[in-house]
Amino acid sequence: MNSLVLSTVTRLLAPLLLVFSVFVLLRGHNEPGGGFIGGLLAAIAFILINKAEGTRTARRALRILPLTLASIGLSCSIAAGLWGLLSGGAFLQGIWPLIDIQPDGSKSGIAAGSILLFDIGVYLVVIGSVTGIYLALEDGIARSMD
Amino acid sequence: MTLLLAPVVLPLATAAICVLLRKNRGFQRPINLLSCLALAYVGLLLLTLVEEQGVQSVQLSGWSAPFGISLVADRLAATMIMLTGIVASLVVVFGFSDLSFGEEKNGHPVFVQALLTGVCGAFLAGDIFNLYVWFEVMLIASFGLLVVGGLKPQIDGAVKYVGLNLIATTAMLAGIGLLFGATGTLNMADLHGKLLGNMSEPGVLAAASLLLFAFAAKSAMFPLYFWLPAAYHTPSHTTSILFAALLTKVGVYTLIRVFTLVFDVQHPLLQTLLVGSGVATLTLGIFGAMTETIARRVLAYLVMVSIGIMTLGIAVGTPAAIAGTTLYLMQTLIVTAALFMAVGCVAHLAKTENLPEMGGLWRSHPLMGALFVIIMLGVAGIPPTSGFWPKILLIEALADAQRWGLVLAVVIGSLATLYAVMRLFSAAFWQDVNTDETPNLDLFRFAPVLILTVLVVGFGLFAQGLVDTAKASSVNLMNPSVYVEQVLGGSK
Repeated sequence: MNSLVLSTVTRLLAPLLLVFSVFVLLRGHNEPGGGFIGGLLAAIAFILINKAEGTRTARRALRILPLTLASIGLSCSIAAGLWGLLSGGAFLQGIWPLIDIQPDGSKSGIAAGSILLFDIGVYLVVIGSVTGIYLALEDGIARSMD
Repeated sequence: MTLLLAPVVLPLATAAICVLLRKNRGFQRPINLLSCLALAYVGLLLLTLVEEQGVQSVQLSGWSAPFGISLVADRLAATMIMLTGIVASLVVVFGFSDLSFGEEKNGHPVFVQALLTGVCGAFLAGDIFNLYVWFEVMLIASFGLLVVGGLKPQIDGAVKYVGLNLIATTAMLAGIGLLFGATGTLNMADLHGKLLGNMSEPGVLAAASLLLFAFAAKSAMFPLYFWLPAAYHTPSHTTSILFAALLTKVGVYTLIRVFTLVFDVQHPLLQTLLVGSGVATLTLGIFGAMTETIARRVLAYLVMVSIGIMTLGIAVGTPAAIAGTTLYLMQTLIVTAALFMAVGCVAHLAKTENLPEMGGLWRSHPLMGALFVIIMLGVAGIPPTSGFWPKILLIEALADAQRWGLVLAVVIGSLATLYAVMRLFSAAFWQDVNTDETPNLDLFRFAPVLILTVLVVGFGLFAQGLVDTAKASSVNLMNPSVYVEQVLGGSK
């Protein structure tokens, strides 16, 4: 598709969607959001780029092959589970290395740990598989049109 | 117990690695095989651990039992994981020469590992919602395996398969919801306590029927069987072997697990449903196997016969009948894989799956013919093969329960099975041949069949170990208090 309006808007919207997807990913820690929905938002950004500029640009914007991205994500999630097993004693247990618990019971520090790593893994799996399926379908349509 | 995680985490991690290495067959194949062998070894370790220390459980993420996610291994689960690992390893080797380059490149190994994750997860799940999740994992992976070849009949079979399975999982979800509404818990051990004596509550009974519907569809019981003959002959032989050996057996396994631990199978409504469905499945399977002319469709109907027999065992529900059923479940995993693999070899040699066009293999490949005969005896349940013992146990149990009609059904089922496989054999090996040239059988195809045949005979001659395991696991299944105690009161 060759539309000036779409490609101009995409140049604005795609980065915005990507930043928003990371925001949703981090927000999911305590509130609605999370890796799955964040990943879908990020995938929409790449699908938009594909609609405006074609599959080649979309693949270049992704930098890594979609399935490789999904595989890295899956590895991250497994690693998060094993992290909990090794330092917490149970698979998938939440580990918070950056949080200190004060003597009065209050907590301080950054709430980033194995659960965030797990969610990032989900985020990457969703981006990888959704864009992978979408780009494969686009390739199939392009091939059938030739 | 960390060992309990391995059957789930190992295939999952292998799937991730296989995606990364999808372009490189030289790395992908050994990793795939090693992971399956490791799975078999883990199963063996788990079995010895369970034999020594009783039921094992682990609570994921450290939340204690009724609230967290439990994985539980008892004798039956551990044995099934071990057998799954053995069969998967042999299937992977068979796939080395059976799969086309495109199928391997398109991610066949990845889907195999994902399927194993789901299967092992379903064996270990101690939580009924968790069980649903593993079913979904299995469904997605099997959908991938069905369409990975990309041919039109494969897509057609896959649509029927996925359509029916989606309905089944929806019913399962509805049943789980009702159950949660009625009891406030989903942990199977906890449910056991809460449902004791409350079996006749309408909500519980409705939930039980919905779950029965879902598991019946998964294990291809009447009237939800039609996806099985429609889908099993379309993909590559490797995929068919894996499906036939594992998928329907998971359905039967969960049927045994849920209807001994959570619900009481002796409830008249459930029993009537199970008996009716079992006999109908058996009958339709027999008729299908006798009339079909495509080799793998015959086999698909034979799978239904064995499902029907196991359903009857579950329906009767006495300790002896459950022992027979669990033994049948264990050995049918090996025998079904052997039969599908042997037919895969035959189809490769004859270059066709159509029975009237086959023939003449006895002259060119007598050794393969001999193996086929042994496997055939195993399927029909004739000594000295492994198929003999579970049928004897089952018939004895049914006779003890005074269910003479069912005894007759099992006997007729066995004889008809023998007739159907003999029809296959004479078509493939004795029929007059049109072409003289048959391709050679390579080692990757032949060796797994040989090993499976040795296992079939071995389990027949040295049956005591497996019979003891089956009897002990049925004792565990009929007295769930040990299981419940281990999950609820066990390690944190």
